[in-house]
Amino acid sequence: MFEHSLMLTILPPIFASLVATLMGLWKPRFALPVALGAIGFSMFGSIITLASVTQDGFVQYFLGNWSEPRGIGIEFRVDHISALMLVLITSVAFLSLIYASGKLKEEVPGKEPLFYTLYLLLTGGLLGICMTADAFNLYVMLEITSLTSYALVAMGSGRRAAFSAYHYVIMGTIGASFYLLGVGYLYIRTGSLNMMDINRIILEQGLQQSPTIIVAFIMILIGMLVKMAFFPLSGWLTNTYTHAPSCTGNLAAPLMTKVSVYVMVRMMLTVFGVDFVFDELVWSPIMVWLAVIAIGAGSIMALAQTDLKRMLCCLIIAEVGYMVGGAWLANHHGMTGAIFHIFSDGAMTLCLFLAAGIFFHKNGTGDIGALKGMYQRMPLTMGAFTLGAFSMIGVPPTCGFFSKFYLIRGGLESGHYEYVVALLLSSLVNAILFFRIFETAYFGDLSHDDHGHAHHHEEVEVDEAPPTMLAPLIVAAVSLVILGLYNSAIASFIGKTLTPLAIGGAG
Amino acid sequence: MTGEVVFSSKPLWACLVSLLAVIPIVRSRKDPHRREMWSFGAAFVKFAIVLSMLPVIMSGKEIVFTLWEILPGAPIQFRVDALGMLFALVASSLWIITTLYGIGYMRGLKEHAQTRFFAFFAVALSATLGVAFSANLLTLYIFYEILSLSTYPLVTHHQDKEARGGGRTYLTYLLGTSVGFVLPALVYCYIKTDGNLDFASHGALVGLVSSKEALVLMLLLVFGFAKGGLMPFHSWLPGAMVAPTPVSALLHAVAVVKVGVFCILRVITGVLGVETLEEFDLGTILAWIAGFTVVVSSLIALSQDNLKRRLAFSTIGQLAYITLGAALLAPKGLTGSFMHIAMHAFGKITLFFCAGAIFVANGKKYISQCKGLAQEMPYTMTAFAIGALSVVGIPPAGGFISKFYLVTGTMESGMYHATIFYLISSFLNACYFFPIIFTVFFQKPEQPITGIKESHPCCVAALCITASFTLILFFNPGPFFWLSSMMSRAVFGL
Repeated sequence: MFEHSLMLTILPPIFASLVATLMGLWKPRFALPVALGAIGFSMFGSIITLASVTQDGFVQYFLGNWSEPRGIGIEFRVDHISALMLVLITSVAFLSLIYASGKLKEEVPGKEPLFYTLYLLLTGGLLGICMTADAFNLYVMLEITSLTSYALVAMGSGRRAAFSAYHYVIMGTIGASFYLLGVGYLYIRTGSLNMMDINRIILEQGLQQSPTIIVAFIMILIGMLVKMAFFPLSGWLTNTYTHAPSCTGNLAAPLMTKVSVYVMVRMMLTVFGVDFVFDELVWSPIMVWLAVIAIGAGSIMALAQTDLKRMLCCLIIAEVGYMVGGAWLANHHGMTGAIFHIFSDGAMTLCLFLAAGIFFHKNGTGDIGALKGMYQRMPLTMGAFTLGAFSMIGVPPTCGFFSKFYLIRGGLESGHYEYVVALLLSSLVNAILFFRIFETAYFGDLSHDDHGHAHHHEEVEVDEAPPTMLAPLIVAAVSLVILGLYNSAIASFIGKTLTPLAIGGAG
Repeated sequence: MTGEVVFSSKPLWACLVSLLAVIPIVRSRKDPHRREMWSFGAAFVKFAIVLSMLPVIMSGKEIVFTLWEILPGAPIQFRVDALGMLFALVASSLWIITTLYGIGYMRGLKEHAQTRFFAFFAVALSATLGVAFSANLLTLYIFYEILSLSTYPLVTHHQDKEARGGGRTYLTYLLGTSVGFVLPALVYCYIKTDGNLDFASHGALVGLVSSKEALVLMLLLVFGFAKGGLMPFHSWLPGAMVAPTPVSALLHAVAVVKVGVFCILRVITGVLGVETLEEFDLGTILAWIAGFTVVVSSLIALSQDNLKRRLAFSTIGQLAYITLGAALLAPKGLTGSFMHIAMHAFGKITLFFCAGAIFVANGKKYISQCKGLAQEMPYTMTAFAIGALSVVGIPPAGGFISKFYLVTGTMESGMYHATIFYLISSFLNACYFFPIIFTVFFQKPEQPITGIKESHPCCVAALCITASFTLILFFNPGPFFWLSSMMSRAVFGL
């Protein structure tokens, strides 16, 4: 319908990042409107893209109109899955930018324009990853996001932020190098970098048993597993998102790991092909077991945390296990569940991180014990946090319930009962984790308690966060329910790309 | 299902009205009289809507309303049939009386956070009616979970250490079982029925499952709905007795626990199907599980001195009566089960009201403190005696009728060991209730009685009303009997 919508989505943040830098030199206070406008445009573009995809099935754009398949021309191609990714990225970026607008002055004093520059570049990079149909171009975009996010993490105050950024640089670079090596092998064997083209060559020349292709796949997979913080390659994640400024964490935590999962799914579906991944390599059982371990490890680590953000980071590790496991169940519903969970987990993580940021803002500490009496002090924030927590536990009708529904269905259909058990246990651990917080927030101080009815609960003043922080949180919380209510629409939308691939034999 | 279908949004409104009432209840928090007026208003409107659906159901039709197509084949849908109607009638009528009682109790004790209390009470009632009117397993599950979560602040109302402990047990058991057992069973049913979770009158899974699958699904579902209190997943109920008494009364003698057995009855009749249970002889297994709970809980109740705890264990036993009645797989037994939902509700709520009234009047929690209390609180104790008669199953109280049907059902199905369970348990019920009656009526009080000192008038009025209903239901079980036998005939295709 309108293929330029892709450019409308990706170019505003990238150009605006330049503008924001220049603006910063001249009038720093204009940097924010520039960033907001750019991301707003980008969101508009992503919605048009979504509409086009609904109509035509995909949107294609050849950069520089260079469309020969074997040339060096770069193709952008967006299908149902990536169109939804674009909407997710732009919405999360928009909401956390609104949050950042109020908080930034406090977190990175004097560096606001620089922050906006990096923020916009990071958003642009993430959008690029989801749009591109070129394996090498994907690497470039990956590096853009990595480098900007290193800098964004390092902007946090204190030595811890610097150290975690350093840790993150090392791990991130290792991951990216693996990916690049994999792409190199692919290029050696197929002579192409275009994803569709590589897939065509693999099928035509019968390269499915070629060791080069297998090694390429292993390299890319390992690279992405590092990037998405798949246990045990996840050591970097907890410190990084805990010590980063909350304005960074809100953008990076919901998106970075999810986009890496998306890349893995894209490589499995589009580049190497379902037949190669599930039928040639019989790795499904191993990968699902690894995912089970990741889910278990994430949940157990989360139980040991006393800091809210650290706990959430551990939960991200568990959730990554959900998605990897779901994708490797090798059937339609597992894959649907994994992809649906990318969106629902993105929304949940955003909601919980925004809430955690607000608590930190009010209490000056991320300690769970400091949340005493929060239901009375901050009813709205706590309400939104509760909704996010319910989604993590999997209470219907929030989206977390439905991603579990699809994943469990996939697990039962493929006979991977260990995965189903891991999912259910992790839901129960989530219930314990969050109800511990609810208890603290609800009961307040019990140390000087006398049994019976002599209660003198002094009236606590309601002391909510400023609207720039509260509004994005509420939108994120409401979106959890909306995603849940529209889950079957989203699943059938994803299905339009997945069904023709006939994962696991049947559609 | 058989019979004509009427499309109407009434079930939705019946469900929503108390949820909507939360807004004015919270808004008028500064003015308790107005706040309670809203609670009453919502309760009456809800009851009126439920009542207005009764003639339609009695004429053999069903009311259906689809809210939202949330999963293909499993929309959020309401369907009112005889069983749902029966349960909705019990829950909505008792909400009116409990509101009356709640006002007396909360004001009598000058409780804190009364607004929160009434607001979550209203939410819980919405969820209860949602369960009653659910047309499929997914809708049922959604409302079931909402009910677990919305009652948590009620159970932990006192916000002290004891409440926190009780609340923990409450959620651990209820969420643990529903997520751990019901959710996988639900997904499995969804796969087996090829994406259709509707309750069919003969069972959606009939002919689709093997004997092993049926056994596992039955165990997952029966234990998964732990609100039904089958042992060993019953401990949440005594733990939840830390709640204020109106909560214990309505939620833990009527709404929450009855939701549990209602769900069990629904999955046995509507999902697994009586035929499946008969084919694989699963009724016997269920009967032994329920029978065990019936006898053991009554034995535990004997040793409890805390009045509310004794009532809690009695509730566990009576809930297992209902499950046992369904496990008989006989029409009369099922009728008895359905009816027992109503009969036990009226009897047990009276008993809880009395326990709370005693606490409001003189702060007594233990049976041993209550010597000669009848001289001080004649109305309360008379009501207590009537409630006890009903639970034991002695005429002229409503409990006799349902118990009669249950025992007839055991004869009909030839499960004579179930007859023995019922008889032993009735004997034990008498053993743990009559000593209380003896203590309060005939023993000498420790301190001289100065005169009649009843609890808050609202409390007394409420418990007198439920006690008289218990008596009336013996002489005229009315709609409850008709609805039960209608449903039971539909299930057995008679």
